[in-house]
Amino acid sequence: MPSTFDTVAGIISETCDIPREKITPESHAINDLGIDSLDFLDVAFAIDKAFGIKMPLEQWTQEVNEGKVSSDEYFVLGGLCANIDKLVAAKVA
Amino acid sequence: MRLEYFQMVDRISLLDPEARVVRAESTVPDQSPVFEGHFPGHPLMPGVLMIETMAQTGGWLVLATLRFARMPFLAQVKEAKFRGFVTPGQKLEVEARLVQDGSGYAVVTGRIDSAGRKVAEAELRYGLAPFPNETLRAQMLETARRVAVPEAYLGDG
Repeated sequence: MPSTFDTVAGIISETCDIPREKITPESHAINDLGIDSLDFLDVAFAIDKAFGIKMPLEQWTQEVNEGKVSSDEYFVLGGLCANIDKLVAAKVA
Repeated sequence: MRLEYFQMVDRISLLDPEARVVRAESTVPDQSPVFEGHFPGHPLMPGVLMIETMAQTGGWLVLATLRFARMPFLAQVKEAKFRGFVTPGQKLEVEARLVQDGSGYAVVTGRIDSAGRKVAEAELRYGLAPFPNETLRAQMLETARRVAVPEAYLGDG
Protein backbone atom coordinates (compact mmCIF):
# COMPACT_ATOMS: atom_id res chain seq x y z
CA MET A 1 0.00 0.00 0.00
CA PRO A 2 1.52 3.37 -0.98
CA SER A 3 2.37 5.76 1.83
CA THR A 4 0.34 8.92 2.36
CA PHE A 5 3.23 10.92 0.95
CA ASP A 6 3.49 8.76 -2.19
CA THR A 7 -0.24 9.18 -2.84
CA VAL A 8 -0.14 12.94 -2.27
CA ALA A 9 3.01 13.40 -4.35
CA GLY A 10 1.44 11.39 -7.18
CA ILE A 11 -1.69 13.54 -7.06
CA ILE A 12 0.34 16.77 -7.11
CA SER A 13 2.59 15.55 -9.90
CA GLU A 14 -0.34 14.53 -12.09
CA THR A 15 -2.63 17.47 -11.30
CA CYS A 16 -0.05 20.26 -11.47
CA ASP A 17 2.26 18.71 -14.06
CA ILE A 18 5.26 18.78 -11.72
CA PRO A 19 7.95 16.09 -12.14
CA ARG A 20 7.54 13.55 -9.38
CA GLU A 21 11.22 13.69 -8.40
CA LYS A 22 10.92 17.40 -7.56
CA ILE A 23 8.32 16.65 -4.89
CA THR A 24 9.75 15.80 -1.48
CA PRO A 25 8.36 15.75 2.08
CA GLU A 26 10.23 19.04 2.61
CA SER A 27 8.58 20.79 -0.37
CA HIS A 28 6.29 23.72 0.42
CA ALA A 29 3.26 23.42 -1.86
CA ILE A 30 3.11 27.13 -2.63
CA ASN A 31 6.62 28.49 -2.06
CA ASP A 32 8.60 25.59 -3.57
CA LEU A 33 6.19 23.90 -5.97
CA GLY A 34 4.33 27.06 -7.04
CA ILE A 35 0.88 25.49 -6.79
CA ASP A 36 -1.69 28.26 -7.27
CA SER A 37 -5.12 28.40 -5.68
CA LEU A 38 -6.90 26.87 -8.67
CA ASP A 39 -4.51 23.93 -8.89
CA PHE A 40 -4.74 23.57 -5.12
CA LEU A 41 -8.51 23.18 -5.51
CA ASP A 42 -7.84 20.23 -7.84
CA VAL A 43 -5.30 18.77 -5.43
CA ALA A 44 -7.66 19.15 -2.46
CA PHE A 45 -10.49 17.47 -4.37
CA ALA A 46 -8.24 14.55 -5.36
CA ILE A 47 -6.86 14.16 -1.81
CA ASP A 48 -10.35 14.33 -0.22
CA LYS A 49 -11.53 11.69 -2.68
CA ALA A 50 -8.47 9.42 -2.36
CA PHE A 51 -8.58 9.36 1.46
CA GLY A 52 -12.33 9.76 1.99
CA ILE A 53 -11.80 12.86 4.12
CA LYS A 54 -12.69 16.55 4.09
CA MET A 55 -9.56 18.59 4.69
CA PRO A 56 -10.61 21.68 6.69
CA LEU A 57 -8.73 23.99 4.33
CA GLU A 58 -10.66 27.09 5.32
CA GLN A 59 -9.86 26.53 8.98
CA TRP A 60 -6.20 25.86 8.20
CA THR A 61 -5.94 28.98 6.05
CA GLN A 62 -7.54 31.05 8.80
CA GLU A 63 -5.12 29.70 11.42
CA VAL A 64 -2.17 30.58 9.15
CA ASN A 65 -3.55 34.04 8.35
CA GLU A 66 -4.10 34.77 12.03
CA GLY A 67 -0.51 33.75 12.76
CA LYS A 68 -1.58 30.92 15.07
CA VAL A 69 0.21 28.29 12.99
CA SER A 70 3.11 28.43 10.54
CA SER A 71 2.09 27.72 6.95
CA ASP A 72 4.69 24.91 7.04
CA GLU A 73 2.34 22.91 9.27
CA TYR A 74 -0.20 22.49 6.47
CA PHE A 75 1.61 23.35 3.26
CA VAL A 76 4.95 21.59 3.62
CA LEU A 77 4.06 18.16 2.31
CA GLY A 78 5.42 16.24 5.32
CA GLY A 79 3.17 18.32 7.60
CA LEU A 80 0.26 18.06 5.20
CA CYS A 81 0.59 14.25 5.11
CA ALA A 82 0.73 14.08 8.92
CA ASN A 83 -2.51 16.08 9.06
CA ILE A 84 -4.10 13.83 6.42
CA ASP A 85 -3.14 10.80 8.54
CA LYS A 86 -4.80 12.44 11.57
CA LEU A 87 -8.01 13.02 9.60
CA VAL A 88 -7.99 9.43 8.33
CA ALA A 89 -7.40 8.12 11.87
CA ALA A 90 -10.23 10.31 13.22
CA LYS A 91 -12.54 8.89 10.55
CA VAL A 92 -11.72 5.28 11.48
CA ALA A 93 -11.95 5.89 15.23
CA MET B 1 -34.59 32.38 -19.73
CA ARG B 2 -33.29 35.86 -20.42
CA LEU B 3 -29.94 35.17 -21.94
CA GLU B 4 -28.69 38.76 -22.02
CA TYR B 5 -29.37 39.10 -18.27
CA PHE B 6 -27.85 35.71 -17.47
CA GLN B 7 -31.19 34.51 -16.13
CA MET B 8 -30.70 30.91 -17.15
CA VAL B 9 -33.04 29.07 -14.75
CA ASP B 10 -36.79 29.53 -15.10
CA ARG B 11 -37.92 27.26 -12.30
CA ILE B 12 -36.45 24.75 -9.86
CA SER B 13 -38.57 21.61 -10.15
CA LEU B 14 -36.73 19.49 -7.61
CA LEU B 15 -34.22 20.46 -4.92
CA ASP B 16 -33.00 17.83 -2.50
CA PRO B 17 -29.72 18.70 -0.70
CA GLU B 18 -29.85 15.43 1.27
CA ALA B 19 -29.99 13.41 -1.97
CA ARG B 20 -27.51 15.95 -3.45
CA VAL B 21 -29.60 16.62 -6.56
CA VAL B 22 -31.36 19.55 -8.20
CA ARG B 23 -33.49 19.74 -11.33
CA ALA B 24 -34.55 22.87 -13.17
CA GLU B 25 -36.63 23.80 -16.19
CA SER B 26 -35.89 26.52 -18.69
CA THR B 27 -37.18 27.55 -22.07
CA VAL B 28 -34.85 29.10 -24.60
CA PRO B 29 -36.39 32.44 -25.61
CA ASP B 30 -37.76 32.86 -29.11
CA GLN B 31 -35.89 36.10 -29.47
CA SER B 32 -32.70 37.47 -27.94
CA PRO B 33 -29.94 39.85 -29.05
CA VAL B 34 -27.60 36.89 -28.50
CA PHE B 35 -29.04 35.23 -31.59
CA GLU B 36 -28.20 38.23 -33.74
CA GLY B 37 -24.58 37.21 -33.51
CA HIS B 38 -24.85 33.48 -32.74
CA PHE B 39 -25.53 32.99 -35.62
CA PRO B 40 -27.02 35.27 -38.26
CA GLY B 41 -29.69 33.25 -40.05
CA HIS B 42 -29.02 30.20 -37.83
CA PRO B 43 -29.86 31.04 -34.19
CA LEU B 44 -28.29 28.64 -31.68
CA MET B 45 -27.95 28.81 -27.92
CA PRO B 46 -24.19 29.24 -27.31
CA GLY B 47 -22.39 26.36 -25.60
CA VAL B 48 -20.93 28.75 -23.03
CA LEU B 49 -24.47 29.67 -21.99
CA MET B 50 -25.32 25.98 -21.62
CA ILE B 51 -22.35 25.75 -19.25
CA GLU B 52 -23.72 28.79 -17.41
CA THR B 53 -27.13 27.13 -17.22
CA MET B 54 -25.63 24.02 -15.62
CA ALA B 55 -23.45 26.18 -13.34
CA GLN B 56 -26.44 28.20 -12.10
CA THR B 57 -28.53 25.07 -11.56
CA GLY B 58 -25.71 23.40 -9.61
CA GLY B 59 -25.14 26.72 -7.84
CA TRP B 60 -28.69 26.61 -6.40
CA LEU B 61 -27.95 23.14 -5.03
CA VAL B 62 -24.72 24.34 -3.41
CA LEU B 63 -26.43 27.45 -2.01
CA ALA B 64 -29.27 25.33 -0.60
CA THR B 65 -26.78 22.87 0.90
CA LEU B 66 -25.04 25.79 2.62
CA ARG B 67 -28.35 27.48 3.49
CA PHE B 68 -27.10 30.56 1.64
CA ALA B 69 -24.21 31.08 4.08
CA ARG B 70 -21.62 31.33 1.29
CA MET B 71 -21.62 32.09 -2.41
CA PRO B 72 -20.35 29.57 -4.98
CA PHE B 73 -18.23 31.17 -7.71
CA LEU B 74 -17.51 29.09 -10.80
CA ALA B 75 -13.83 28.15 -10.80
CA GLN B 76 -13.44 25.28 -13.24
CA VAL B 77 -15.27 23.58 -16.07
CA LYS B 78 -14.19 20.08 -16.97
CA GLU B 79 -15.19 17.72 -19.72
CA ALA B 80 -17.88 19.95 -21.20
CA LYS B 81 -19.64 18.33 -24.12
CA PHE B 82 -22.35 19.68 -26.37
CA ARG B 83 -24.16 16.87 -28.04
CA GLY B 84 -26.73 18.71 -30.11
CA PHE B 85 -27.92 22.10 -31.31
CA VAL B 86 -30.25 24.01 -28.99
CA THR B 87 -32.52 26.47 -30.77
CA PRO B 88 -34.99 29.24 -29.83
CA GLY B 89 -38.15 28.00 -28.12
CA GLN B 90 -36.63 24.69 -27.01
CA LYS B 91 -37.52 23.42 -23.54
CA LEU B 92 -34.59 22.31 -21.39
CA GLU B 93 -34.42 20.07 -18.36
CA VAL B 94 -31.28 20.68 -16.30
CA GLU B 95 -29.94 18.38 -13.61
CA ALA B 96 -26.96 18.78 -11.31
CA ARG B 97 -25.61 16.39 -8.72
CA LEU B 98 -23.25 17.32 -5.91
CA VAL B 99 -20.18 15.12 -6.16
CA GLN B 100 -18.15 16.70 -3.36
CA ASP B 101 -18.75 19.40 -0.78
CA GLY B 102 -15.23 20.23 0.33
CA SER B 103 -13.86 22.90 2.60
CA GLY B 104 -14.04 26.05 0.50
CA TYR B 105 -14.99 24.26 -2.70
CA ALA B 106 -17.76 22.16 -4.24
CA VAL B 107 -17.95 19.92 -7.30
CA VAL B 108 -21.07 19.05 -9.29
CA THR B 109 -21.85 17.16 -12.46
CA GLY B 110 -24.42 18.80 -14.68
CA ARG B 111 -26.44 17.76 -17.69
CA ILE B 112 -29.07 19.27 -19.93
CA ASP B 113 -31.74 17.19 -21.65
CA SER B 114 -34.21 18.33 -24.25
CA ALA B 115 -37.02 16.25 -25.73
CA GLY B 116 -35.62 13.16 -24.01
CA ARG B 117 -32.12 13.59 -25.38
CA LYS B 118 -28.96 14.72 -23.61
CA VAL B 119 -27.70 17.92 -25.25
CA ALA B 120 -24.93 18.97 -22.83
CA GLU B 121 -22.91 17.77 -19.86
CA ALA B 122 -19.98 19.02 -17.78
CA GLU B 123 -18.24 18.77 -14.43
CA LEU B 124 -18.24 22.10 -12.63
CA ARG B 125 -16.18 23.22 -9.69
CA TYR B 126 -16.89 26.21 -7.49
CA GLY B 127 -14.87 28.12 -4.97
CA LEU B 128 -17.00 29.03 -1.94
CA ALA B 129 -16.60 32.48 -0.45
CA PRO B 130 -18.51 34.76 1.91
CA PHE B 131 -20.98 37.02 0.10
CA PRO B 132 -18.91 40.07 -0.87
CA ASN B 133 -21.74 42.44 0.04
CA GLU B 134 -25.37 42.56 1.13
CA THR B 135 -26.53 43.68 -2.32
CA LEU B 136 -25.51 40.39 -3.90
CA ARG B 137 -26.90 38.32 -1.05
CA ALA B 138 -30.26 40.10 -1.20
CA GLN B 139 -30.36 39.71 -4.98
CA MET B 140 -29.57 35.99 -4.75
CA LEU B 141 -32.38 35.51 -2.22
CA GLU B 142 -34.80 37.41 -4.44
CA THR B 143 -33.80 35.32 -7.45
CA ALA B 144 -34.05 32.15 -5.36
CA ARG B 145 -37.68 33.00 -4.61
CA ARG B 146 -38.38 33.79 -8.28
CA VAL B 147 -37.11 30.37 -9.40
CA ALA B 148 -38.97 28.64 -6.54
CA VAL B 149 -36.14 27.55 -4.27
CA PRO B 150 -38.03 26.27 -1.19
CA GLU B 151 -37.98 28.76 1.72
CA ALA B 152 -36.57 26.07 4.03
CA TYR B 153 -33.23 26.29 2.20
CA LEU B 154 -32.83 30.07 2.29
CA GLY B 155 -31.18 30.10 5.72
CA ASP B 156 -32.17 33.02 7.91
CA GLY B 157 -33.16 34.88 4.72
